[in-house]
Amino acid sequence: MDHLDKLESQSVYIIREAYKQFKDIAVLWSIGKDSTTLMWLVRKAFYGNIPFHALHIDTGYKFKEIYEFRDEWSKKWCMKLVVGTNDGSIKAGMGPKEGDKLSCCGQLKTDALKQTIDKYRYKALLLGIRRDEHGIRAKERYFSPRNKQFEWDYKDQPPELWDQFKNQQHGEQHIRVHPLLHWTELDIWMYIQRENIPIVSLYFAKNRKRYRSIGCEPCCNPVDSEADTIDKIVEELKTTNIAERSGRAQDKERAYMMQKLRALGYM
Amino acid sequence: MNNENLKFVIVGHVDHGKSTLIGRLLYDTNSLPEGKIEEIKQLCESLGKDIEFGYIMDHLEEERDQGITIDTAQTFFTTKKRDYVIIDAPGHVEFVKNMISGASQAEAAVLIVDAQEGVKEQTKRHSYILRMLGLSQVIVVINKMDIVDYDQKRFETVKKDLFNFLSNIKIKPSYVIPISAKNGDFIANKSGNMNWYQGLTLLEALDTFKTKENANEKPLRYVVQDVYSFDKRIIAGRVESGIIRKGDRIKVLPSGEETRVKSVEEYLKNVTEAESGKSIGITTEDKLFIDRGNVIVNSSDLPAITNRIKANVFWMDRIPFKKGESLRFRCATQEVNCAIEKINKVINSSTLALIAEDASEIKNREVANIVIRTDKPVVVENFNTMEELGRFVLGREDTCAGGIITELE
Ligand SMILES: Nc1nc2c(ncn2[C@@H]2O[C@H](COP(=O)(O)OP(=O)(O)O)[C@@H](O)[C@H]2O)c(=O)[nH]1
Repeated sequence: MDHLDKLESQSVYIIREAYKQFKDIAVLWSIGKDSTTLMWLVRKAFYGNIPFHALHIDTGYKFKEIYEFRDEWSKKWCMKLVVGTNDGSIKAGMGPKEGDKLSCCGQLKTDALKQTIDKYRYKALLLGIRRDEHGIRAKERYFSPRNKQFEWDYKDQPPELWDQFKNQQHGEQHIRVHPLLHWTELDIWMYIQRENIPIVSLYFAKNRKRYRSIGCEPCCNPVDSEADTIDKIVEELKTTNIAERSGRAQDKERAYMMQKLRALGYM
Repeated sequence: MNNENLKFVIVGHVDHGKSTLIGRLLYDTNSLPEGKIEEIKQLCESLGKDIEFGYIMDHLEEERDQGITIDTAQTFFTTKKRDYVIIDAPGHVEFVKNMISGASQAEAAVLIVDAQEGVKEQTKRHSYILRMLGLSQVIVVINKMDIVDYDQKRFETVKKDLFNFLSNIKIKPSYVIPISAKNGDFIANKSGNMNWYQGLTLLEALDTFKTKENANEKPLRYVVQDVYSFDKRIIAGRVESGIIRKGDRIKVLPSGEETRVKSVEEYLKNVTEAESGKSIGITTEDKLFIDRGNVIVNSSDLPAITNRIKANVFWMDRIPFKKGESLRFRCATQEVNCAIEKINKVINSSTLALIAEDASEIKNREVANIVIRTDKPVVVENFNTMEELGRFVLGREDTCAGGIITELE
């Protein structure tokens, strides 16, 4: 097996473990490249099926390309799509111009996710986060418990060795499962290239700008780039070292904001 | 560039310089994102300190305040030879279970020892854990050589002291390198500060190590994870060793029933075999009762089917084990209840001193030689012949101990 085969096999193993151990699970689909790759791997694990909900947390501020992509591929891949929104906050006018970014993310993403988990009583959630994404994410385990308030006790996580993952869930707790934890951004793109995985057009350069990471339109900034094909993106990544999330307003606002967001349960 | 990737763990006593070494490795291999060094410089200035490479890894606010690495962090760098994944295992005694979680994923280890402080409690305990996890590719780095004026005598003293301990537990380091993580001596670059040392730099030494060998040559062990019936009945699992092929005559353990592999199933692919490490699916000629936990084999070279296992375990839970308590035994995808029938010996994992014989409890961070009795027979092997079926965890709600099988009956 080559490098990508090994990454793929490990992820498939984890996805199958999660499904076996916690039947009430959902996969979080932000429609970005990582979670779309995760959907691809879920389909691999279950022979073309996605045997649980695909969850899109919608703030209402996503790019229109994201909505178009969601509608097209959720149909093509026969997803049981659940769109989670915090209707209360949206009606009350919460948005990136209203208040600070932390509370906007908090209400429109975190609270929306909490409400959705409450409603469907998921025991575990599959998330496409990677260790190389951000310093704080390096602390993650493959299977990581969160309490009802989404708090993450990163100092006292259960040990995880030899692929024996946490397989018990209690009460209000839910388990976050991270099948892509061991992938890098470059791995993801090389895999997308190899497998021909469909991806939102925002990642490709237009007028010498492209998005390296996508989310809500008002809070994403494109980076300078000529890469308008997957091949060129792979080439570009082999030669740059600009932090991936540097295009996101969220990260600049405060050095440790990510940690705050994470502790609050922001994905 | 081939995409070979070697995972190694850096272990050692707290404050001996793990985080600094990682920051240095990333810096010297040009692996830091643009802006990161600036961010760290500013931060250190605002705290009134010199630049600390350790901050690159210690990203958490609390960690920065307390100055300790809490969890197993991973990060990446590249040499001309290949990609590396560094697993930073916390040195603080409270975080041994995190250290073990990290080290269990590694193919090689760097053991860091402070030249001034010398061998300490966690230096020994971590060495012992490396031994228990079966890690044989080990580099020792004697750090902070700048503080001891790059003195060869000091280096030799620490080295000798350490080797005395390591030889007791049968670890033979491949290299011993004097370094200064702070100044960068003998990490990526050779240095004029220690002309008495003619050996490799840390990066050169790492480049000589081998990535985990694939287990294709070993006998087949296909571990069943689940059975799906989406369109047809597929037995999903992972090839832990050997190769599974269409047409193979196979035996399902523990039942011992036999059949043939009708097909090897991978989504959207036409395959007839799967090699070790692969998560895959198979269908069988006969419809046997097959379930999670079963082990499928194809040779006469069989694992043991037993309910009595002799093992060494490392206890990593604050709540001690007390004899009589029932635990969950998990090996590959098997999970059964078990009792610890006998605790032959309990030893201190740092000093290796014998704590008790024929004991009735095992406390946090103690190592014990035990006899386990499982409620149902399990399919297991000696750790030295087949790691994948020779290692297990014991747990209550969460994992409390890791163990390796030393003897079977
Ligand atoms: N003089 C000197 N100090 C060092 C060196 N390596 C680490 N240190 C210092 O030792 C202290 C502990 O280092 P750190 O990397 O945080 O240790 P860790 O607990 O093993 O991660 C910090 O104050 C470092 O600046 C070195 O090579 N020389």
